[in-house]
Amino acid sequence: MSKQAAVKNQETQVAAPPALSPQEILRYSRHLIMPEVAMEGQLKLKAAKVLLIGTGGLGAPLGLYLAAAGVGRLGLVDFDAVDFTNLQRQVTFSTADVGRSKIEAARERLQALNPDIEIVTHETKLTSDNALAILRNYDIIVDGTDNFPTRYLVNDACVLLGKPNVYGSIFRFEGQATVFALKDGPCYRCLYPEPPPPGLVPSCAEGGVLGVLPGIIGSLQAMETIKLIIGKGEVLKGRLLVFDALKMRFRELKLRKNPDCPACGTHRTVTKLIDYYEFCGVRGEEAPVTVPVPEIEPRELKAWLDRGDDVFILDVREPHEYQICQIGGHLIPLGELPRRVHELDSARTIVAHCRLGQRSAQAVDFLRKAGFRKVWNLKGGILAWSDQVDPTVPKY
Amino acid sequence: MPVRVLIPTPLRQYAGKQEALEFEAGTVGELLERLVTEHADLRRHLYTEEGKLRSFVNVYVNDEDIRYLEKEQTPLKASDVVSIVPSIAGGKAGNRK
Repeated sequence: MSKQAAVKNQETQVAAPPALSPQEILRYSRHLIMPEVAMEGQLKLKAAKVLLIGTGGLGAPLGLYLAAAGVGRLGLVDFDAVDFTNLQRQVTFSTADVGRSKIEAARERLQALNPDIEIVTHETKLTSDNALAILRNYDIIVDGTDNFPTRYLVNDACVLLGKPNVYGSIFRFEGQATVFALKDGPCYRCLYPEPPPPGLVPSCAEGGVLGVLPGIIGSLQAMETIKLIIGKGEVLKGRLLVFDALKMRFRELKLRKNPDCPACGTHRTVTKLIDYYEFCGVRGEEAPVTVPVPEIEPRELKAWLDRGDDVFILDVREPHEYQICQIGGHLIPLGELPRRVHELDSARTIVAHCRLGQRSAQAVDFLRKAGFRKVWNLKGGILAWSDQVDPTVPKY
Repeated sequence: MPVRVLIPTPLRQYAGKQEALEFEAGTVGELLERLVTEHADLRRHLYTEEGKLRSFVNVYVNDEDIRYLEKEQTPLKASDVVSIVPSIAGGKAGNRK
């Protein structure tokens, strides 16, 4: 049976698929006894080369399940280090990994899970210069990135190379999943021809994300990847799955191939990789939209307060952030400032702050336009205050 | 004839934190106009300054993209559900580097 399957598989694979060792047969026995996978499917998994772009929230279940399933060569692309705030959802990593290279920590974890597979690490930022060379060596690309420039880069590279792009994306408690760039199927640009301008869509760093959500969406991507490899079932081609975790509801939307798509349409204009940061209107990830306003360094504010100066601290964060930590400011969330501006005395010196200084810059700009003269933005927000003045203020 | 429109998570903050709203409307264009009239902050997120629907915001009537129906002239009936589906990029989510 196994020999027959292997022979049959040789017709579709360039290289002869290696046979399974007795230990592998035991490891994959729950796959092997399923007619939908069986020896044929398991050998396809073993011969498969899958590239995971990003080893974070989506990458965690992807890496774990694809390694466990026996995908023969698993490529990982990332360049970050493990951070404490990652542990709430990036379940590949343990507390002891904080500060380590993500790709090293992931390689170690996945190799420990399955020593029989090959893990190839690409510790680099994926760019227009290296994307084709990296992606070329894999059969299936799985997009687990967190920013628009890389998503368009991955899409265009997949279309140019004719490789499927298993897509997943999340925000707070909502997720999307589909498979792009299959033969005759739509690509990411068919769905969204252009990215949003920077600043218009809040990032996950601002919006937060429920830790289980990337687990669910990443698992869906892992499932679609395995189906593509074993050639069974119906993959999410031409269908966009939209998931709302709060309602626990999946919806399916039709996704059509756009004949005018610049990447995969009949008159293609994307014939090579471009500068995706320029395309997305950003230089660097999620470049903040900053308003130029007078700023004060945390240490200077501390000096003012120590001197006993009359300073009114205005906290423009949300109430749930105020509950995490605060520095004695008067709380008026940015969105409520216009109708609550009467609570402020324009004769006093006001220092506005938020978490990082972007929302409070908008508040200072608003107040100055409303006629306030002695108003300053705390540079770097409460996080900088914690770093530079009072480390007992928790960071989040 | 009221038609339901689903507001996606990233845009709820501009729509009174509501997840769904209902408006009297005969076409998708009428429905969206009612929506951004009632929730003015939403307008710049859905429309360009020239009044065109933004290309990273997709609108569906039930499960079909209006670009493949009659766009904003797509007629609506009471049982229809309109969804706004913007592009989201998160994945590694929350990484503050």
